[in-house]
Amino acid sequence: MILNLLLLGPDPALLGTPPMSESPFSLLPAASTNAQEIDDVYIFITALCVISFVILMGAQIYFMLKYKKPKAGHRKTSPLTHSGKLEFWWSFIPAILLLILFGWGETLYMKMMSPPDDAISIRVTGQKWFWTVEYPDTAGAILTDELIVPVGIPVRLTLTSNDVIHSFFIPVFRLKKDAVPGRYTNMWFEATTPGVYPIFCAEYCGDQHSSMIGKVHVVPREEYQAKLDEAARLVQDEGESMVDFGKRVWDRGGCASCHSLDGTTKTGPSLKGKYGTNETLVDGSTIAIDDNYIRESILEPNAKVVQGFTPQMPSFAGRFDDKAIAGLIEFIKSNK
Amino acid sequence: MSEQPASYDLENPSEPNFYKAQKGLKSWLFTVDHKRLGVMYLASVILFFFVAGFLAIALRTELLTPAQDFVSASTYNQLFTLHGAIMTFLFIIPATPGALGNFLLPLMLGAKDVAFPRLNLLSFWIYSAAAVMLLCTLVLGGLDTGWTFYTPYSTSTGTAAGLAALGVFVAGFSSILTGLNFVVTVHRMRAPGQTWDRMPLFVWAIYATAVIQILATPVLAITVLLVFIERFLGIGIFDPAMGGDPVLFQHFFWFYSHPAVYIMILPGFGIISEILTVHSRKHVFGYKAIALSSVAIAIISFLVWGHHLFVSGQSELVGVIFSFLTFAVAVPTAIKVFSWVATLYGGSIVYNTPMWYGLMFLWTFTIGGVTGLYLSTISVDVHLHDTYFVVAHFHYVMMGGLVIAFIGGVFHWWPKITGRFYHEASGKLGALLVFIGFNVTFGTQFFLGHQGMPRRYFAYLPEYTTMHQISTVGSYILASGLLIAGFSLAMAFRKSAPKAGSNPWGAVSLEWKTSSPPIEHNFHDTPHVTGSPYDFPEIDKSGRTH
Repeated sequence: MILNLLLLGPDPALLGTPPMSESPFSLLPAASTNAQEIDDVYIFITALCVISFVILMGAQIYFMLKYKKPKAGHRKTSPLTHSGKLEFWWSFIPAILLLILFGWGETLYMKMMSPPDDAISIRVTGQKWFWTVEYPDTAGAILTDELIVPVGIPVRLTLTSNDVIHSFFIPVFRLKKDAVPGRYTNMWFEATTPGVYPIFCAEYCGDQHSSMIGKVHVVPREEYQAKLDEAARLVQDEGESMVDFGKRVWDRGGCASCHSLDGTTKTGPSLKGKYGTNETLVDGSTIAIDDNYIRESILEPNAKVVQGFTPQMPSFAGRFDDKAIAGLIEFIKSNK
Repeated sequence: MSEQPASYDLENPSEPNFYKAQKGLKSWLFTVDHKRLGVMYLASVILFFFVAGFLAIALRTELLTPAQDFVSASTYNQLFTLHGAIMTFLFIIPATPGALGNFLLPLMLGAKDVAFPRLNLLSFWIYSAAAVMLLCTLVLGGLDTGWTFYTPYSTSTGTAAGLAALGVFVAGFSSILTGLNFVVTVHRMRAPGQTWDRMPLFVWAIYATAVIQILATPVLAITVLLVFIERFLGIGIFDPAMGGDPVLFQHFFWFYSHPAVYIMILPGFGIISEILTVHSRKHVFGYKAIALSSVAIAIISFLVWGHHLFVSGQSELVGVIFSFLTFAVAVPTAIKVFSWVATLYGGSIVYNTPMWYGLMFLWTFTIGGVTGLYLSTISVDVHLHDTYFVVAHFHYVMMGGLVIAFIGGVFHWWPKITGRFYHEASGKLGALLVFIGFNVTFGTQFFLGHQGMPRRYFAYLPEYTTMHQISTVGSYILASGLLIAGFSLAMAFRKSAPKAGSNPWGAVSLEWKTSSPPIEHNFHDTPHVTGSPYDFPEIDKSGRTH
């Protein structure tokens, strides 16, 4: 218990915060092959630090108590000014320990940075303020803020950014890498534990940096392709209403990272009860929010920007077909 | 140890002290007296410390709940940016050299002033101009880039990043001029008999700091100037759309800003060496090791900037080399801490407010130091990078290191600066609250960071709520401790506050060999140094000869 507290921090469950059922954050699970090894180094450093801290502070507190000034006057103090032997050993021993730490850290790092040849390739693009995840091997598999990976197969991510620097951070894999505009960076992992875990943006990227949170779904190997196909499918199911289909398009597009449905203002205007109303644009003119305006705003978002907002939205031309756009319009319409 | 003609009465000097030597606002604004400049720096940095501290309390308050509620997203982003920028550029970097360094360096060297008094005044004016520019960003659109100004965000944001970059550019010159002045002063202005190994360790620390200031600050100046040019002329050096490289900025920036960490902390080391020796009546343990490790740290600090780029996509080999060099800094730092603890051995320890801060420093700085090991171990850093672990680590180093030392130093030299004593009981109460509040605030953040909580989030997953709340409560305790510390210092301005006399602590270094407050030209007769600044009368010389 005490060891757990020192090594991994307090268990939120004990502190009264309910752990998310899907992502048991409590002790931050290690969900990849390398994560456990990184934790081993972490625990080793913690032990080293705690031992040195206790020795050092123990000595300090002992001296503080023992050599307290007497009530009246001062006692004679030690004439000690240095000690070559002592100084040699307290430089030499830490230097050796640090070399061990460096060596261990370095070896593991090299492993973390060298993806196996048989890794599945996935491309991730950051933009304000969502992640686009593309699967080169599966037609139509373009996801937003959602990464689906199998257990037991190495996965290699190629990261880049469309605007400013972001950083793709998956705590349960103990991994992060910056997504830099104009270049590609890589990371790889082999997931071990099925579950849903958060993905954070770790490099400050503006207003909604805090809501640039995605999810990684770790699924059993045999379910992987089916899950991916399911997530990639963007057609209206039989028996599915247009509004429900539109809701799926809304989720898939990551629309909610900028547009709220409850009236709060985020990066873009809230879409609560907007259909059929009039809106003032940046140039001062007004426009009625109708099907055509919504369609234009999806395909050419920066043509008519609402007053009080900046042109930030990316175009979804090519991502959503006419059927999907129609569903989306119906969904927005239904959100009174 | 030093000697001075006994004829001059330090307690009732025939000359007026430096406050009274000249009168009027003009005599302050155009003063070339290092002590007056030191006092003006001190007032400014304390003001900025409280401004930036207030911003920190506001952002900790927002973090009480997982949702965004107390301030808006963009306000939050401006809060943490200005907290960082003001603390770094207007408080920590100028605090110890500008305020305590200016006031004490010539006194400790037995000199009448710094080598270039007019340059010193110019440096203060430049600092003031930079402060005005940075504060103007508050009303001219705000600043939301983070204090690190990472491109391409900083070149594309709509806020007043251009003005802020220019402000940092200007502040850099103040830093360079101060550094230049101090290096020449240490080389040329030492009192007769004050050899290099008889200088107080505070002087060594300020000297090492000054060298870094001169060598590193021009790089920052060029870097922020490039950001400024990029914003207004669009030359594209950091813009990938024009073939530029945003990561190049990070290399430039950290080439300065990592040494800058040592610009911030080295003077703190100097203060601690003075406080611990004087109040334990002991010669410092390992004078040479402490002095030379400052120089070693100053040199190695130029070679570790790449650890800020471990996850930026720089090559693995480069990352590993920087990891190794970062470990190398840990050795001289560890030597210092060991030497300070060993200094307490066999002493006669007086528990007063400055000593409380000195002892507290050993605790907080050690935590700051050992948690650096997690971050220099490259494979562990990949997880902890840009999380609250880093926030906690650098607050333990910056605040637990420099700020604690600085407050201790202000208490230690307050009798010299004001001529009167601070209020002891409230001073200790403040110190206790600072210690508790500080550890609660930032200790919690190590766990937050390890559990994956990223930096610079105004809203967060509910899993982190409890720890954020503990941290926020800690910050309130910390703030109340700091206010009480301020109260204790202010009590010295009462008419009835007890007079300090020239040497209230029974110290040996030269700044205590003149009246409190000192006379305008510091010393009536030039002091002569005959021995170590740590040769206290209580030291038992009967036995071994060391």
